[in-house]
Amino acid sequence: MVDVVRAGGHCGEVGRVSELRTVDVAEVEAVVRKLCVEANHELREDHVAALQRGRAAEESPIGREVFDRLLENARVSAAEQIAFCQDTGYAVVFLTIGQDVHFVGGSLAAAIDRGVAEGYSDGYLRASLVRSPVDRVNTGDNTPAMVHYDLVPGSGIELTLLVKGAGCDNMSALRMLTPAAGVEGMKRFVVETIEKAGPSASPPVTVGIGMGGTFDRAAVLAKRALTRNPTGSPSPDPKLAELEAELVDAINATGIGPAGFGGTVTTVAVHVEAYPTHIAAFPVAINLDCHSHRVRSVTL
Amino acid sequence: MTALNLPLTDPAALHAGDSVTLNGTVYTARDAAHARFMEALSAGEDLPFDVAGATIYFVGPTPARPGHVIGSAGPTTASRCDAYSPALVERGLAAMIGKGRRNAEVKSSMLEHGCVYFGAIEGTAALLSQCITSAEIVAYEDLGAEAVRKLTISDFPALVVNDLHGGDLYDDGPARYRRQA
Repeated sequence: MVDVVRAGGHCGEVGRVSELRTVDVAEVEAVVRKLCVEANHELREDHVAALQRGRAAEESPIGREVFDRLLENARVSAAEQIAFCQDTGYAVVFLTIGQDVHFVGGSLAAAIDRGVAEGYSDGYLRASLVRSPVDRVNTGDNTPAMVHYDLVPGSGIELTLLVKGAGCDNMSALRMLTPAAGVEGMKRFVVETIEKAGPSASPPVTVGIGMGGTFDRAAVLAKRALTRNPTGSPSPDPKLAELEAELVDAINATGIGPAGFGGTVTTVAVHVEAYPTHIAAFPVAINLDCHSHRVRSVTL
Repeated sequence: MTALNLPLTDPAALHAGDSVTLNGTVYTARDAAHARFMEALSAGEDLPFDVAGATIYFVGPTPARPGHVIGSAGPTTASRCDAYSPALVERGLAAMIGKGRRNAEVKSSMLEHGCVYFGAIEGTAALLSQCITSAEIVAYEDLGAEAVRKLTISDFPALVVNDLHGGDLYDDGPARYRRQA
């Protein structure tokens, strides 16, 4: 038995020899538990700031009233520890793992699910998942988590929890556009999706868009795009940043407004992520998140 | 803002876009409970409460913390119950509270039978929980959050979305602010 394995070659920083890092899955369980409770009770500060910017820009009196109530709800939710929204959602986990990490203490996936079950029970959060779309029996503890794993060089671990409400997830869409449809076709698809969602997605929405990759890759990119921090910060790619600004304007031009009652602010953030794709393809996935945008990240 | 008691005494006085507070008794039901209502009606059985004059609130609350009446309790998407609502509206359901548009069939049934649809704001679920002064499960306890609960609400803020005159706030409101991008 060896406790430490010397892993040479191209792991971690190129040319360095990195040591295998051992992490007990109990640590992941504890973190997931904590994040489930926090994310459901305390909106991230940057998202509160995005709502405040929306309040300042909104022209409709009813719309401003909706923003005021959302901000008051955020305050009461945190102070009284009452969940921000009754739909405490799917627990979506993005786990980025350095390839020099060795998990011990049992199944990592099972540990994440235990963390979700404990967090949802301890935080008085709603169990909203059914074991099958067919028989629809509630699993009772909001498991399983929806986990996306990414392996990267090094020995770090980053965990992001997105509490994803179903009302807005239901209003999301994916379309396989043609290269000829191009960016203009993509913009039309985004506006069409927002119009179709209307009040049901609980605007002001955060919009995650994944372009490129395959059918499945686009969907995961769109979901991950929602987790960008801070909310509303532009893409580092200037072309995508410009597209994001154009989409914010096009979405707000729909007039749907806060809660769908009419207004000038229908979205507080559009985050676009792009990925290489096929010469024949232009996949576009649009994932909507409601005004209850609940995200937390930690580095382990 | 107009304070209204449930059941509504003068629903025709309401207009889409009116800001109101609701006071009185409502029954919670969402997808799974509505499916059971339909099974009961098909089997010729009584519903768990008298729908004539009643108000349904589309909500599945979070569990109540000790000492609290109820947990977080904002509206869910009403359109998922569009397939079921006309059967209840025909039997005298007087009002519904939820979020999101209703389909043409529901709206025409509401106009024909005199049912009003109120919109609440889902992202105010913690605030709305404080407007609920009593909660009691009356049916389908096995459905957990989806069980039918009898709630007493007080100063519960909502907007009239669909009135008895064909008005629809989800059409009229956005139309006022729509512009060319």
